[in-house]
Amino acid sequence: MSSIANKQVLDFILYEKEEWPNSALMKFKTTESLPEILPGQFVQVKVEDSPQTYLRRPLSVNYIDRENSCLWLLVQKVGPGTRKLAALALNSKVNMILPLGNFFSLPEPKKESGLQNIVLIGGGIGTAPLLLLGKSLHELGYLPHFLLGGRSAADILQVEQFRVYGKVFITTQDGTLGEQGLVTEHSILKEMQPDRIYCCGPKPMMQAVASLAKKRNCWCEVSLENLMACGFGACLCCVEKTDKGHVCTCTEGPVFNINQLLW
Amino acid sequence: MVDLSVQLKALRLKNPVMTASGTFGYGEEYLDFMDLSRIGGIIVKGTTIRSREGNDYPRMAETASGMLNAVGLQNKGVDYFVKNIYPRICDFDTNVLVNVSGSTVEDYVQAAEIIQELDKIPGIELNVSCPNVKAGGMAFGVSAKALCQVVKEVRAVYKKHLMLKLSPNVTDITELAKTAEDQGADSLSLINTLLGMSIDAEKQRPKLSTITGGLSGPCVKPVALRMVWQTYKAVKIPVVGMGGISNTADAIEFMLAGASAIQVGTANFIDPAVSVTIAEGIEDYCQRHGLKSAQELTGALKID
Ligand SMILES: Cc1cc2nc3c(=O)[nH]c(=O)nc-3n(C[C@H](O)[C@H](O)[C@H](O)COP(=O)(O)OP(=O)(O)OC[C@H]3O[C@@H](n4cnc5c(N)ncnc54)[C@H](O)[C@@H]3O)c2cc1C
Ligand SMILES: Cc1cc2nc3c(=O)[nH]c(=O)nc-3n(C[C@H](O)[C@H](O)[C@H](O)COP(=O)(O)O)c2cc1C
Ligand code: FES
Repeated sequence: MSSIANKQVLDFILYEKEEWPNSALMKFKTTESLPEILPGQFVQVKVEDSPQTYLRRPLSVNYIDRENSCLWLLVQKVGPGTRKLAALALNSKVNMILPLGNFFSLPEPKKESGLQNIVLIGGGIGTAPLLLLGKSLHELGYLPHFLLGGRSAADILQVEQFRVYGKVFITTQDGTLGEQGLVTEHSILKEMQPDRIYCCGPKPMMQAVASLAKKRNCWCEVSLENLMACGFGACLCCVEKTDKGHVCTCTEGPVFNINQLLW
Repeated sequence: MVDLSVQLKALRLKNPVMTASGTFGYGEEYLDFMDLSRIGGIIVKGTTIRSREGNDYPRMAETASGMLNAVGLQNKGVDYFVKNIYPRICDFDTNVLVNVSGSTVEDYVQAAEIIQELDKIPGIELNVSCPNVKAGGMAFGVSAKALCQVVKEVRAVYKKHLMLKLSPNVTDITELAKTAEDQGADSLSLINTLLGMSIDAEKQRPKLSTITGGLSGPCVKPVALRMVWQTYKAVKIPVVGMGGISNTADAIEFMLAGASAIQVGTANFIDPAVSVTIAEGIEDYCQRHGLKSAQELTGALKID
């Protein structure tokens, strides 16, 4: 389970939606068969009929059910494109390019790897790709720790779904849910030495997690959210400076080991 | 049966649709989405004599119906292209042209000489119009004197199809078009991106690391169409039109205005197979309008 499926342009139908003030969980179905999608990969969604959103919008795959050709996206409303998507009526048609990007590296099954403490750290909407990753880790025999952070309780989403695959820990900056503070300050990180950290969220948060991982000599992958135009390696707009120079985050990323980055 | 083929001097395209440099990678990026043999040609990424890291991130800002880019010709240099990329793409069943850029006349000449040795590359597109690099680039494309020199010297060494890509960032594009024609260019492609700028009002900062960048997409189409029309009337060599082409009707408009062929750029990002859709659409259009050949469209605009 590590080869990347061919990229496709597929139409989906929105069949279910859960909406919050700042975000929405959107569940889509396609009549075609869904290609294999690995945790950390993303889709490029077309926002129809709006000159303000000419380009597609990159969104992480939150969850998939391949048998039923279902795909979930978790969308934070930050601008015209994400607001328009979140406002779509049920049964709307949405066009996506997928699967895009690389994926989180999965360990060997727990029986063989002997790894104990796997921590998935998500900030804000950065928790989106961690659900599918948690599911995959669970299938490999792990009980991952999900450490979810946000400004306040309203930013902490899908807690029940995360609980299916592992243990959930929460921080909020205003203390309305879980421990008060930043994810890097959560007591769980003081109590145990993680074997692996996977992280996705705002850049300053990922940089804080990366420096914590470096200090504690811990393997760590982060998922970047650089601005993209094409999403499949054709425009060179999405670059990040790495040990190999400028690389495209849409093809060689969005997932990077922190040792590759010049943070 | 409609004959879709078009002739750019000695270069034959099986249909008038090409893809624009910098928006189509090396073609490989699109193989999952489309069959390259269904279009007339592809123009690969801007290539320079030495490798270039390009500009700092952020390099892209979306605008109303378009985008600004400031990629700055990131590429690994012509030698890397010859050794590593050419062998992978030389068997594509379409015309593969290389877009060549440089900071000095010698850069252009050397790169052209190296690419001339590649059997399966029938032509180059000289990019004298990139707004995203400090030295050279657009400097050659906005002064008739500098343009004259670069086309003349490349022409002296390069025997295959020489397409010259014009900058829209000039007062009178026909002056440069005529200069290029006089110096022996085989065809002219236009337009490259329009110099533009975008600001984040909240942060009070430019959105691009380079402050200014190149505007492309549907928002530039009326300007591009006007320039193709003016150029078509000013020169005898074939004109290849581009700028915001996103569908068949756009492509037809450029041909009516005088383009012999067209290039699809930014639209590839939104619909990666759109070039094939347009090629099919042109055939359909010709059938509906009783045309035997797509070449009949070139300059067929009715203005009485
Ligand atoms: C690989 C990848 C995966 C992503 N996954 C998700 C996801 O699962 N859920 C989700 O809600 N969002 C995700 N994003 C971010 C999402 O793509 C942007 O928020 C969206 O494109 C903004 O579009 P808009 O029209 O709503 O806002 P715009 O008007 O385009 O932007 C509004 C504001 O958001 C900022 N912004 C725009 N794009 C990004 C970005 N890529 N990263 C950070 N800030 C940005 C802009 O600078 C601006 O301040 C992901 C981005 C990438 C590159
Ligand atoms: C991301 C990007 C990169 C580009 N890079 C090049 C380049 O390397 N060389 C070049 O001649 N033109 C380059 N262009 C310009 C396009 O080839 C084309 O001239 C322009 O985008 C207008 O067409 P469009 O509106 O269909 O995109 C680039 C355009 C974009 C959007
Ligand atoms: S977004 Fe176009 S190359 Fe990455």
